[in-house]
Amino acid sequence: MELKPVRIRIARDLAMKVLATISSLIGIFFLGWILLEVAARGLSALSLSFFTHLPAPPGMEGGGLANAIIGTLLMTVLATVAGVPVGIMGGVYLAEYGQTTLLGKSVRFTLNVIMGVPSIIIGLFVYTLIVLPVGHFTGYAGAFSLAVIMIPIIARVTEDMLNMVPSSLRESALAVGAPHWKMIVQIVFRAAKSGLMTGILLAVARVSGETAPLLFTALNSPYWPTSIGQPTANLTVTIYNYAMSPYQDWQSIAWGASLLIMTSVLVMTVIARFVSRERVQ
Amino acid sequence: MIKTMDMDSDIMNDQVRQTEQTGPRPKITVRNLNFHYGNLQALYDNNIDIADRKVTAIIGPSGCGKSTHIRVYNRIYELYRKQHATGQIMFDGENILDPAVDLIKLRQKIGMIFQKPTPFPMSVFDNVAYGIRLHYRVSRHELMDRVEQALVQAALWKEVKDNLQKPGTALSGGQQQRLCLARAIAVEPEVLLMDEPTSAIDPVATAKIEELVEQLKMDYTIVVVTHNMQQAARISEFTAFFYEGKIVEFGETTQIFTNPREKQTEDYITGRFG
Amino acid sequence: MVAFLIIIGIFWELVSNSWLSIKEFGFTYLYNRNWNPVTEDYGALSSIYGTLMSTVIALVIAIPMSLLVALFLVELAPPYISKPVGYAIELLAAIPSIIFGMWGLFVFAPFMADKIQVFLGNYLGFLPLFQGPPMGIGMLTAGIILALMILPFISSVMRDVFQMVPAVVKEAGSGMGATTWEVTSQIIVPFGVRGLVGATFLGLGRALGETMAVTFVIGNDHTISSSLFAPANSIASTLANEFAEAAEPLYMHALVELGLILFIITLLIQIAAQIWLKRISRHLEGI
Repeated sequence: MELKPVRIRIARDLAMKVLATISSLIGIFFLGWILLEVAARGLSALSLSFFTHLPAPPGMEGGGLANAIIGTLLMTVLATVAGVPVGIMGGVYLAEYGQTTLLGKSVRFTLNVIMGVPSIIIGLFVYTLIVLPVGHFTGYAGAFSLAVIMIPIIARVTEDMLNMVPSSLRESALAVGAPHWKMIVQIVFRAAKSGLMTGILLAVARVSGETAPLLFTALNSPYWPTSIGQPTANLTVTIYNYAMSPYQDWQSIAWGASLLIMTSVLVMTVIARFVSRERVQ
Repeated sequence: MIKTMDMDSDIMNDQVRQTEQTGPRPKITVRNLNFHYGNLQALYDNNIDIADRKVTAIIGPSGCGKSTHIRVYNRIYELYRKQHATGQIMFDGENILDPAVDLIKLRQKIGMIFQKPTPFPMSVFDNVAYGIRLHYRVSRHELMDRVEQALVQAALWKEVKDNLQKPGTALSGGQQQRLCLARAIAVEPEVLLMDEPTSAIDPVATAKIEELVEQLKMDYTIVVVTHNMQQAARISEFTAFFYEGKIVEFGETTQIFTNPREKQTEDYITGRFG
Repeated sequence: MVAFLIIIGIFWELVSNSWLSIKEFGFTYLYNRNWNPVTEDYGALSSIYGTLMSTVIALVIAIPMSLLVALFLVELAPPYISKPVGYAIELLAAIPSIIFGMWGLFVFAPFMADKIQVFLGNYLGFLPLFQGPPMGIGMLTAGIILALMILPFISSVMRDVFQMVPAVVKEAGSGMGATTWEVTSQIIVPFGVRGLVGATFLGLGRALGETMAVTFVIGNDHTISSSLFAPANSIASTLANEFAEAAEPLYMHALVELGLILFIITLLIQIAAQIWLKRISRHLEGI
């Protein structure tokens, strides 16, 4: 038998190891590049007026995105308030009652499928469902679309966290005579609390960066968000509009908004991950 | 790390005397082998001669360093960052622990079977052929011959010859272990290391494998780690008794089991501990 | 439950609101290359092509890269490197699509135009793939950005797959004298191939639906070109770009029908992925 040249095998091994290292470096490189560019270009746009003024008409100097900031906060909070309870209830159902039943399995299946639907389609759906009948874009439609995106995520996290609570804990609670629902709310929830918080935080982070659904539901507005029954200003759609515009200062404002969004999303994500890591240890 | 120098040099002299008595040069000579997992020392000054084409059994209670010891022979511990070995292991005129040693060649000459059978995710044929294809360029015809030869030697041929394309994982536990043996034999090693080869399979399959070892020792030097003393007594010519990382006693199997020199050995064999 | 209703609801709404378009064009909608709001001639082909092509480019780049990244993180790097590097790569997944879009349009596209596309045009310009003016925005740029976006997802799943291969099996391979790459490619990958396919499905699903990042850089042009440098459109980008201007009912319905098509595609992929994942978890339990 002829021996295969070992040198070639070792060379190939080395080459792949180098490629693997390079690939990972490329990944980090792009992350750094994006973070730096957004920070550099966005920082110059962030000023006091950015946070306090309304947008200026096209071509005019100055102006800020105070209304958009409030709008985004408003809709995100609304979506969270609506979506979290529904999501948690769904998750509780799946974890406590729907482990093996056919209904449980199909619910889990459909939730997973919804999670995979592109956010733009969700936006389109809410458009046809709410915006068309109502006749105009509204802030609550925007919040609704964000909630629809959040619910499956929160349900899944809730189910996972609840499942991780050992059954011995449940059994001891029941053994002391606690009714089933009390056992769930008081004991199991408390045990799963930090995991749940992490999950909710991640869902909020995800949703606050969304643009496409808002494009079809809340659209945008140059005014203060005084009523959620009207098109509502928000950061993400503003970025989209301003970036595509031919005005230099609008583009610069878009960068400022990008920095704001990116920072909040990343901070929320890092906090969530940090908390979950702490818990594991 | 309190070394009892006298005891060790006594053992060394005994061993040297022993190999001089049996004549042929040992296949593997271990001197002053120390092993660390990070800061924890696991092997203390191991000295042993592994006889050529004989079966050497390594016995001792759990956690005493038996597996750790043989895993140094093929340097498989190097997959893990915090594990280090120092000392000298002479094999075919080279020190295995020398960093300049060609690991690929070493591992072709020293094969290993693990406690849990490890068929690769491929057909029976491809499993046995794996090592051959790895190291050699062979014609299809020659490959089939060698695979058949290895399977015959591993006493598995009759059971698989009608369906060599069956996945390796579809065999029974005992068959999988024989498959791993065939795979190791196919690359024509000189030494076979077996780390508790039968503790994960049923008694009938165990008996088959022990029979196999009887056959294989005519062509290969075999080192078997086992926590089953009766097995050691059945299949080996030489036995080493390990305790807490040290080789307490080493000698001919019959002597170890009928007339142990050390009290610890006697205690272990008679079941007073371990 | 509620979830099921939502899916049915989505389907229903999308169909009813694209009805005009479906009636008007029927099946020809699917392979009509034109898209002309003025003459009211709409065809989904250019958008479908854009969606598929950009996704294919993204997968071609991301899958091998993810495998290599997983290899690096699991087998090559010591923990003090693999932890932060792994973390950093996962952070890529948290960056919102619109940020990728901004960076893509204002930073990366000019870079592509000046450096990469000029280079490719000079050396590989004989291939129709790399012909045409190096504008920066276009199919190739969109594909690359998509690849960056799905890389963390795919590599994270591949990492899990690598880690699930029992240490003994890896040792058995090494013990036979195989190099690290040989153990990886010949033993680990076949061992975990089902999980790796699952990872691919995951990446596929995400890439198909990506909107903002693609919209910024794909160029918004309803043509099908053989060149990767050319601008194009994906279903999502068409929807994002043109929705606001769609005044006439037929225009609107044509757009909604595009959404319907995307919905169906992603639905099918999702269902296939779910079924596949169930099959491999059953297989794993059997080990």
